[in-house]
Amino acid sequence: MNASTFGLPPRAGLGLKTEHFREVLGSHPDIGFFEVHAENYMVAGGPFHHFLGLIREQYPLSLHGVGLSIGAEGPLDTQHLKRLAALIERYQPHSFSEHLAWSSHGPAFLNDLLPLAYDNATLDRVCEHIDQVQSTLKRPMLLENPATYLAFERSTIDEADFIGEVIRRTDCGLLLDVNNVYVSCINHRRDPLAYLNALPLQSIGEIHLAGFAEDTDSLGDRLLIDDHGAPIDNAVWSLYQHLLERTGPIATLIERDNQLPAFSVLHAEARQADELLLCARGRP
Amino acid sequence: MSTQAAFAAALLDRQLTCPEGLFSVNGADPASRFAVYRNNVQSSLINALAHSYPVVAQLVGGEFFRAMAGIYLLGNAPQSPLIKDYGDDFADFVEGFEPAASLPYLADVARLERLRTVAYHAADAQPLSHQQIGAALANPQALVELTVEFHPSLHLLTSAFAVVSIWAAHQQDATLAGIDLNVGQHTLIVRNELDVEVFAIDPGASAFIQNLQNGQPLIQAVESAPAFDLNQTLSLLITHNVITHLHHNKVTP
Repeated sequence: MNASTFGLPPRAGLGLKTEHFREVLGSHPDIGFFEVHAENYMVAGGPFHHFLGLIREQYPLSLHGVGLSIGAEGPLDTQHLKRLAALIERYQPHSFSEHLAWSSHGPAFLNDLLPLAYDNATLDRVCEHIDQVQSTLKRPMLLENPATYLAFERSTIDEADFIGEVIRRTDCGLLLDVNNVYVSCINHRRDPLAYLNALPLQSIGEIHLAGFAEDTDSLGDRLLIDDHGAPIDNAVWSLYQHLLERTGPIATLIERDNQLPAFSVLHAEARQADELLLCARGRP
Repeated sequence: MSTQAAFAAALLDRQLTCPEGLFSVNGADPASRFAVYRNNVQSSLINALAHSYPVVAQLVGGEFFRAMAGIYLLGNAPQSPLIKDYGDDFADFVEGFEPAASLPYLADVARLERLRTVAYHAADAQPLSHQQIGAALANPQALVELTVEFHPSLHLLTSAFAVVSIWAAHQQDATLAGIDLNVGQHTLIVRNELDVEVFAIDPGASAFIQNLQNGQPLIQAVESAPAFDLNQTLSLLITHNVITHLHHNKVTP
C-alpha cells in the first residue's frame, strides 16, 4: 500500500471549527480539504451534522479520531468502532486516521493522547487493534506519530522503528505530524532528521502541522508541549520543507484547536503550506 | 497494577506520586514531565465542563468554578470518549456541593444548561407546516382523539427558582438585579431549526405539554392540567416548529 491509496488531494487543508461553519459556506475559500474530529460528530442530529453535510458536498474530508485508544492495554471499544463505521458510511471521508497512543483505561476516558512503552507486547497489541479497525471499517487507516514528554524504562524499540514495524505488519498508512516529530525530538534529545530517515516515508498519506507551547522541566531544560494553540514554528516549517523535498507533495493539515484565530489567519498558514507543496511538485 | 492503570490513576489524583518506570533522557525528574500529562488531562476536563456550563461558571466566577470542577472530576472520570456528554450529572454534584450552598438555584441553572446541550445535538425531525396543523385542529370532533408528537429536542424543566430569568440575564449583561430569584419557573427547551430556544411557560402549559408527551389525547391533556392559556400555548408550539406529527387515534369506547 502506498500514499496514492489514500484519497486526500496533495493540498493544504484546515481543521473545520464550528466557529467557522458559516464563513466557510458563505465565502467558499480555496482550501484543499477539511478535517474534523470524529467524536465531535457522534451526535444524533442538529447543527453539527447540518453544516458538515453542506461542507462535505463542497470539499474533500478527512475524519480524524481522538478517542479510539489504539494503544490501550484492554480491548478496543466496539461500540465506538461502530460509531466510527456509521460516520464513515454517512460522510464517505477521503481518509480516516487515529493516534499511536492510549486514552482510555477500563471504563475511564482520560481525554489526552498518552504515551506507550515500545516493546514487543505493545507492538503485538497495537497491530491487533489496527487490524481490527481496518477490518471493521473496511478501509485502511492512517496512524499518527505521537508528541511525548516521557520515556519508559521498559521500551526496547525506537519509536520510528516501532512505527515502521506497525506499518509493515498491518499495511496501514502514516499520518506524519511534523510538529510532533519536532516536539518529541527536542524533548527526548533526538535528531529530527535522523528520526524522519528511520520512518517509512513512502507510507505517508497525510501530514499535520501545528504550533507548540514552551515549558521547562526540573533541570530548566526546554520542554515543548503539543498544544495546537500557536502559529506553526519556523523550525517546523523547515522540517516540513525538508520532508517535502524527499516525498513530493502530500495532503497537509494546519491544526489549530486552541486560541483559535480568525479564519483568515488559518487560511494564510494554509496558503504558505500550499506554496511549499507547489514547489515540491515533480519531486519523487 | 499494570503500567496504564498506575498512569491513569496518577493522572486523575494529584495526591498520587508519579508512576514507576518512567524517565527523561536528559536526566530531569520524570515527575516534572508527568505533570504535563496530568495538567493536560485535568485542564481539558475542566475546560469541557466550563464549555458546557458557561452560566454556572459566570454565577460562581471562573476561579471558584475551576476548583469545583476539579473536585468533581476526582470522583467522576469520563466514562465515554464522547466528551460532550461529560458532566451530564454535574447538576446533582453542584446541588450537594456545600461551598456553593448560598446559591440554591445553581443546580437548576446547570440542569437548564445541560438540557440546552442535549437539545442542540438531538435527532432531527421535520416539523408540520402551519397549514397541516390548522387543518387538523379545524375539526373539533377529531380533537378528542388527536395525539401530538413533538420534536426530539423538546425538554421541560420545573424549578423552584427563576432559572429562565437567571439564565437569560447571563446572555446579556449578567446582572441579577430586578429578578426575584425565589419565584419558581417552568421551562420549555427546544431546538427550532438550528437554534436552541428557551421559554418560561405557565405551570398549566408545562403540565399540558407533559401530558401530551405521555401520549394523552389533546382534550384530555388540557383537562388534566391546571388552568392555562391554551391558545397562547398552541401558538407557541406551532410558531416555534415544535410539533412534528399529529395522530388520529381511535378512542375505544
